[in-house]
Amino acid sequence: MRILVVEDDLEAQRYLVNGLKEAGHVVDDAADGETGLTLALSRPYDVAIIDRMLPKMDGLKVVADMREHSNVTPVLFLSALSEVDDRVKGLKAGGDDYLTKPYAFVELLARVDALLRRRSPGSVKTRLQVGDLELDLLTRTAQRAGAAIDLQPREFRLLEYLMRHASQVVTRTMLLESVWEYHFDPQTNVIDVHISRLRAKIDKGFDTALLHTVRGAGYMIRAARPAA
Amino acid sequence: MRAPSILRTQAYRIVLVYVAVFAVSVAALIAFTYWNTRRALDAQTDQTIEAEITGLSEQYQQLGLYGLGQVVRSRSEHSSLGLYLLADRFKRRIVGNLDPWPAILEHPDNFVEFDYQRPIANGFETRRARGRVFALAGGINLLVARDVHERYLTERLFTTTLPWTVGLVLLLGLVGGAMMSRNMLARLDSINRTSAEIIDGDLSRRVPVGNAHDEFDALAENLNAMLDRIERLMKGVREVTDSVAHDLRTPLNRLRNRLEATQRHLDPASGESGEIEAAIAETDSLITTFNALLLIAEADAGVARGEMIPIDLAPIAEDMAELYAPLGEEKGVALRIAPAGATMIDGNRSLISQALANLVDNAIKYTPSGGTVTVTALETPDGVELRVADSGPGIPEAERARVVERFVRLDASRNAPGTGLGLSLVAAVARLHEARLLLQDNKPGLRAVIRFPRPAPRPR
Repeated sequence: MRILVVEDDLEAQRYLVNGLKEAGHVVDDAADGETGLTLALSRPYDVAIIDRMLPKMDGLKVVADMREHSNVTPVLFLSALSEVDDRVKGLKAGGDDYLTKPYAFVELLARVDALLRRRSPGSVKTRLQVGDLELDLLTRTAQRAGAAIDLQPREFRLLEYLMRHASQVVTRTMLLESVWEYHFDPQTNVIDVHISRLRAKIDKGFDTALLHTVRGAGYMIRAARPAA
Repeated sequence: MRAPSILRTQAYRIVLVYVAVFAVSVAALIAFTYWNTRRALDAQTDQTIEAEITGLSEQYQQLGLYGLGQVVRSRSEHSSLGLYLLADRFKRRIVGNLDPWPAILEHPDNFVEFDYQRPIANGFETRRARGRVFALAGGINLLVARDVHERYLTERLFTTTLPWTVGLVLLLGLVGGAMMSRNMLARLDSINRTSAEIIDGDLSRRVPVGNAHDEFDALAENLNAMLDRIERLMKGVREVTDSVAHDLRTPLNRLRNRLEATQRHLDPASGESGEIEAAIAETDSLITTFNALLLIAEADAGVARGEMIPIDLAPIAEDMAELYAPLGEEKGVALRIAPAGATMIDGNRSLISQALANLVDNAIKYTPSGGTVTVTALETPDGVELRVADSGPGIPEAERARVVERFVRLDASRNAPGTGLGLSLVAAVARLHEARLLLQDNKPGLRAVIRFPRPAPRPR
């Protein structure tokens, strides 16, 4: 996948570009807003990662101009500014996601993957399936190997989010943001407890686990791989 | 419209008191003048009557009844104001220009007033007279009086005019007062409106200054000078917060990047990898503390003011209870949500959620297994409240004020995880919302209450 990185802190840029390349992406970089905008408008990218504060042209302006030119590349804002209302401003300007510095690289990677997935929505799905776990989005019911699973509404949303991002790492912050719509970092890891309850409902009593903890990053739901 | 009714303004109250005092003074003055004038007039009349009686009684002694009769007849015919009636012991007229004997109480030596009939062109008219009865020797009664109808009419005029005069004084005073206070009110109202807009977050507003150079203009100018300074300070705080945020986050970001990049190339099983992981965890806790401090600073600087929107506290309380319930269950603490009524406030959902999360988190952390934590959103006479009550050990009363300060941790919790900023953040969020954080005794346990003011009624 082609990713554009616009970041004026060159050291941070180097780590970001290297990390993304190691993850298998093709990366272009720019160190100021004008160059970034020119690149974004001249080449097709799958995702753009743009710093909020850039020389020559502010990050918000870059994205606003991209949107004005009907460029719909998903944008992830990076910001070293304080959080309370900057996030809202970023999303209003046309950003798709927002990450405050300092960020964990796994968090950034997970969010970039989520944005890449959003790029190719395919047909509107009414059923999600991972292995023998099925989720019916119309009747709001779940079953595994034909047996119905009783889920609370919030558990359903949690499972739905995980299954929409099947085989992708989903971080705790992403879950808190998408499933609970909170944009803060709870001191205790409340999400872990919700995940372990969900795991007890969908994986308990089955030979193969579907819901996995990705160490140091978050969670992933995926079908059992053929024995390797 | 928030303009209070003119009747409730201080200016109008002052005018009201002044007008009342003025009206009473006017009434008293008029009454005194009237009373004094009447007394003087009566004294004059009485003196005249007294002199006549003395004269007539002398005539009686010298000339007898016949002589007196002659004098009385002569005076009756020539006097226009003097009234005379000489009567026998049965009050029957002997001579005089008054008939019949008027219905009066007879107290010799006392002056009395009475009505009498006087013939005019076509019939009679009733007039007022003042006189005195004098008993002569031999059972003869002499009534000498004077017509005081003019005085009587003036008096009547006085008594009917007085209420009108006082009423007019009151009316003019009230109208004048209303106009005066309306003028003052308009100027105060513009100051009040501007202040309200500034409190709502628009710091660029200024109080309009007129060109009368009076004390209101001086007040407006002083307020504006104060606002200029506040705006400069707030801008300064914001700039400092932003640049501190930027200048500290950039190196922290690089540090974390570096550690992560190093770790990615290490064998996960190696000792170095574990060390780096521990270093990353330390960095993260540093970042957490830093973010919390920054958020407190921002909340105190009123940075998020612009985002105050009407929100309902009840669903926030429910969501938070739902989010934390499994955590509580794992610790053996039951998390309950109490039913709520109308709980609308003007606020920032994200900040309030975070503050509530901190309170619930604390409550679960300090409540022993088997305990209960109750989250409530409710409207009370004092305002709209979010309450988190636990059955834990509580906080000793002497320590309650201190725990809200930054980095203060009580000895009992010194080794528990946490930044020591949780309650400070809650307090800062409360301050931003003009709310108060109250720590109360839940008997047993702690009850933390965020008491929001009722939202201002919105114009439709």
